[in-house]
Amino acid sequence: MTTAGAVAGDPRALLPPDAPVRLLDDEGGLHEADAFPLDLKDADLVALYRFMVLARRVDRQAINLQRQGQLGVYASLLGQEAAQVGPAYALGDPDWVFPSYREMGAALVRGIDPAAILHMFRGTWLAGHDPYDANFALLSIPIGTQALHAAGFAMAAKLDGAGLVAMSFFGDGATSEGDTHEALNFAAVFDAPCVFWVQNNQYAISVPLSLQTRAPTIAHKAVGYGMPGYRCDGNDVLATYAVARRAVDRARRGGGPSLVEAVTYRMEAHTTADDPSRYRTETELGEWRAKDPIARYETFLRREGLLDDALSEEVEQEARELVARVRGEIYDAPHGDPLELFEHVYVEPGPHYDEQRRQLRRELDGAGEA
Amino acid sequence: MAELSYRYAVAEGLAREMRRDPAVVVLGEDVAAAGGVWKTTQGLLDEFGPERVWDTPISEQAIVGAAIGAAMTGLRPIAEIMYADFLGVCWDQIANQAAKLRYMTAGQLTVPLVIRTIHGGGVAKGAQHSQSPENWALAVPGLRVACPSTPADVVGLLAGAVRADDPVVVFEHKGLLGSKGEVPDDEHVLELGRAAVRRRGTDLTIVALSATVRLALEAAAELEGQDVSAEVIDLRTLVPLDAGCVLESFKRTSRLLIVEENPRQGGWGAQIAALVAEEAFWYLDAPITRVAGESVPLPAARGLENAVLPSADQVTETALKLART
Ligand SMILES: Cc1ncc(C[n+]2csc(CCOP(=O)(O)OP(=O)(O)O)c2C)c(N)n1
Repeated sequence: MTTAGAVAGDPRALLPPDAPVRLLDDEGGLHEADAFPLDLKDADLVALYRFMVLARRVDRQAINLQRQGQLGVYASLLGQEAAQVGPAYALGDPDWVFPSYREMGAALVRGIDPAAILHMFRGTWLAGHDPYDANFALLSIPIGTQALHAAGFAMAAKLDGAGLVAMSFFGDGATSEGDTHEALNFAAVFDAPCVFWVQNNQYAISVPLSLQTRAPTIAHKAVGYGMPGYRCDGNDVLATYAVARRAVDRARRGGGPSLVEAVTYRMEAHTTADDPSRYRTETELGEWRAKDPIARYETFLRREGLLDDALSEEVEQEARELVARVRGEIYDAPHGDPLELFEHVYVEPGPHYDEQRRQLRRELDGAGEA
Repeated sequence: MAELSYRYAVAEGLAREMRRDPAVVVLGEDVAAAGGVWKTTQGLLDEFGPERVWDTPISEQAIVGAAIGAAMTGLRPIAEIMYADFLGVCWDQIANQAAKLRYMTAGQLTVPLVIRTIHGGGVAKGAQHSQSPENWALAVPGLRVACPSTPADVVGLLAGAVRADDPVVVFEHKGLLGSKGEVPDDEHVLELGRAAVRRRGTDLTIVALSATVRLALEAAAELEGQDVSAEVIDLRTLVPLDAGCVLESFKRTSRLLIVEENPRQGGWGAQIAALVAEEAFWYLDAPITRVAGESVPLPAARGLENAVLPSADQVTETALKLART
């Protein structure tokens, strides 16, 4: 199947649709699209809502914890709940996620304890969560690097016939990195079962998308790699789910990678260290506030009779309990066991580190006695 | 003289060079509209406009690579890499290109470019945001390496770096951004390769760099109370290295303590130790001693991070032992 030149075919088939895929209108009315069928049962529809609400409440708590000095820094997902929950929900248990630092929503869907993520931002121990627990890799801090890991993971998964899909999450800014470019090209050349999920939240810290790329859209870049580009309303959880589902199924069936752009907005500062009033307007923020992903979805669910006040309160109660537990766990957690220091530099640290550890233990014991 | 913060001194130093020489341009991520994520480029966009202050896509290879190309035209680009850790992303452009173009064209091509970045731990930012990789740059002939420790040195070394015709990597330290100091109002240029003796002493020589200068000075003050007189040298630049200053001091004290933040493994202190062992071995009264970061990635956990990084107490204790050897 390998040919000397580029793979033949009509490149127009790879182009994204003219308008972002949208299944829910502003009023929460559903308009299904043949190309992106919804295969969700009522329980799934409610689950999407639940995950979005939990993500938003945990996110708020995380910001508060940071303000109270409990976390070193935190990157909020406010406004991007649908852009994370939909795609994560489209994955199967054996699939893998290669996230950036902003993926609390995706983490929740994968079943990661949010406290584990916050322990990472707090630096309680060396690490936050165990990647193998929920097939959720390290939150990548250097921009774009995780896209390469997803590509390689998918190449290996293809080799052993595991039928796995690797989904990499990254931002609009990350599309400017050489790493990301090389990841897309690798995945395409090797037909890797990979989905590159771009949350276009319009900004990379202070830099707007217009200074990041001159491509018509991020999804259009896919054509240059020879993979399909999709574009969806990132504040419509049914659209993000359905489009992700299509990309995931395609990858699983051996169709190769795709690039999806979820158009959304970062409602909070870049991180708790950032002051967005320096580079964006209140008007712009107001426009996006009106497109809130949870509010729109809630209208839909209520109209369908899938959500009432009792259920909404039940989810809120669950969120309160979750948030209270997370807060409790973070407060007064330790700041690392010094003896762990030399543990994981190498698989077998060796005599030099053994000696360092013994010395540190002596110092700690000495300090304890003093 | 005006008192400036280290952070503001960076912006001031850049602005002074940009006023002096229209060929100086600044480029990097978030350097224009936001004034830098460290606020070290604050005010530059307003004063010099988007023609000379470029917000770039998140593309470190392009930031340095394009700065090299621009430097070939006679511009004097100052490229910012937001964290020194991300020098790794563009290392080919730095180590294989910027450092070697002059040599490989037998001197016909010079790339007078400055790469500014921020290094240093102690702020619980984790293994990929906290490193002090000045030793990476030290290992590449063709690069000059400056690490200012005071606001005045920030201005002076930036001026020296911009005016140097070779590529210079300037490391600014996160932990020092809020520190204050006097900065001369008039033109202040430090030639690269001149260390500063920050404190005179007779019993031992402490060689420090960037944030460890403060540790050395705190320790020296403490040592004075214990009748140990420590001389403190701030190297300021690793390349060129002011070997004369180190050797002159050491030959008077015969005891050498080196304080580095980078991991002991391959740290710049080993270079200083080798220098003294090679050039002044017969003056040694005690083994050359290094206080350095542990040879581990820098953990985000504060308790762990503190255990990795050198502290003033550690410098004091080590110096006391050394003085009494
Ligand atoms: C290689 C690298 N360069 C720079 C940074 C600093 N940085 C952290 S977040 C960020 C912006 C990322 O923007 P985007 O990819 O759009 O994701 P978002 O934060 O908006 O989710 C930058 C430049 C980094 N972490 N890694």
